[in-house]
Amino acid sequence: MGIFLIFLFLTNQFSPPTNVRAFDTPNDAGKSITITWSASTDSEIVGYQVFRCEPGKEMICVGTLSPFETQYVDERVNNGIEYSYQVVAYKIIGGDTIKVSSELSNPVKSSPQWFNLKRLNVLIGMAIFFTLILYFISHARRGKKLTIRRIAGLDAVEEAVGRATEMGKPILYVPGLSSVSDIATIAALNILAEVAKKTAQYETTLLVPNRDPIVFTVAREVVKEAYTSVGRPDVYKPDNIFFITDSQFAYAAAVDGIMVREKPATNFFLGMFWAESLILAETGATTGAIQIAGTDSIYQLPFFITACDYTLIGEELYAASAYLSREPLLLGSLVGQDYGKVVIVILLIIISILMLLSAKIPMLNVLHFLNIG
Amino acid sequence: MQRQIPLALCLIFGIFMMVQFFVPHPVSNAAYEIVLRWVRIIAIFALVLGVGSLVMHHSTKIKRKASGWPFSIVTLVAAIITAFVGLLGVNVVNGKLMFFAGIGKTSLLQILFQNIYIPVNSTMFAMLAFYMASAAYRAFRARTKEATLLLVAAFFVMLGMVPIGSAISPRLPEFAEWILSVPNLAAKRGIIFGIALGSIATSLKIILGIERGWLGGGK
Repeated sequence: MGIFLIFLFLTNQFSPPTNVRAFDTPNDAGKSITITWSASTDSEIVGYQVFRCEPGKEMICVGTLSPFETQYVDERVNNGIEYSYQVVAYKIIGGDTIKVSSELSNPVKSSPQWFNLKRLNVLIGMAIFFTLILYFISHARRGKKLTIRRIAGLDAVEEAVGRATEMGKPILYVPGLSSVSDIATIAALNILAEVAKKTAQYETTLLVPNRDPIVFTVAREVVKEAYTSVGRPDVYKPDNIFFITDSQFAYAAAVDGIMVREKPATNFFLGMFWAESLILAETGATTGAIQIAGTDSIYQLPFFITACDYTLIGEELYAASAYLSREPLLLGSLVGQDYGKVVIVILLIIISILMLLSAKIPMLNVLHFLNIG
Repeated sequence: MQRQIPLALCLIFGIFMMVQFFVPHPVSNAAYEIVLRWVRIIAIFALVLGVGSLVMHHSTKIKRKASGWPFSIVTLVAAIITAFVGLLGVNVVNGKLMFFAGIGKTSLLQILFQNIYIPVNSTMFAMLAFYMASAAYRAFRARTKEATLLLVAAFFVMLGMVPIGSAISPRLPEFAEWILSVPNLAAKRGIIFGIALGSIATSLKIILGIERGWLGGGK
């Protein structure tokens, strides 16, 4: 009997979790404490329990974890109160749960932070890119000549408007199906301003069906301002910029109907699109219209490339308003953008070389610094 | 003044949203929530304008007997009926009409949604398959070097994705996978870099008031 008790006592003894450390979770809005520990060396433990100790209160279990985890984030704490933690490892022998507790952790208080250090790399990248853009804008402001590459889709805008005028048919402009918070929609509205100026000069009908009510109100203002800016407010027809529905396929059906009935000479599909992109572009192709599309959705680009005469790929959509207006300040930002790409390509080459070398020299693993490794 | 106020608001809120991204403090999050709430409120007002535009647009078409005007009658009647059954909470319980009974399972709004809206929506979506076939036919006419390349790549990818591909050669699925994960992914990443930089540059131009196209252009 005595030998059995000694055996039971010995088998019940196992190493507790060690190095229990509690700290305020960094880069957060507060009310969170992170607890880490070194795992128990016993391979038979079935899990850990994390206990929170608050002055003047009973210790309570705040989390149960698997034996493979060594970190817990307690998000049910209040800021400014001192807490300490204890981690309990447990295993089951003969139906009984045997527990062993760690030492109490250091006391810790939770507090909110004013800067997310994890986003420091984004801040640095943004600062470099903004500097480049602002430098080239000031360069353009000083009257320096800037050269930008030709974009066939944008060169075709003038021709497309002219064709519609000659044929006496309207131009259909779809500013995407997304909301105004989408940057592609804003780019589409910027291009709409330039297209509207041309249609105002040629007195060509411009139809702008909208899916989003806010985009509709902004589009109406954009067209109105564009007509006024070229001195033709008299030809502006507010009824031609209209809201259809916010239902994706009902909108696609309505725009298809417009294309089939009105037979526009030119269709613009610029902005953000989803599955309806091909439905719109294919219907337009069957009506024989010149089609100019542009989107930053890489999944819809192949459909537009297939069904449209010209497609603005990704960044060309954002460059369009600068390209069409030829305003030096806007062109300056385009050149800045290109230099931004050069910086990224150089960085990619350097990082790739460093990562290859890091197999031999671990300190060259720069992905850790970039928060992506 | 009409131009300065939107530009000033754009500058203030643009800078605020940029700073907010880097500040996790509850004060910053609360301010962000307030901005989002305002966006929702403005969207509701815009929806009223949108519905007004819809009614005006279709009324004008009916008055002028413009091409396809009977469809405008269908649109207006459907809009009125939907609004009516939704606002009055019309329900069909045991074959009897009940008013102000919510928009649960027995509501006419749900019945219309389930039996008209969803099937019609699905029909439009299903048409995509036919459009894909006609678009593929156009794309695969090997008229140019690029179109030929597209045709050849698509041929191998499609063949590699079906069982007959691996029956022809076990290397075919691997080759199809390689096309997707190397040249195709490299091109996608290139486009994504351009898009990211383009959107940042556009945002900066709008915040600083350099890009004014959204205000109709001009000085």
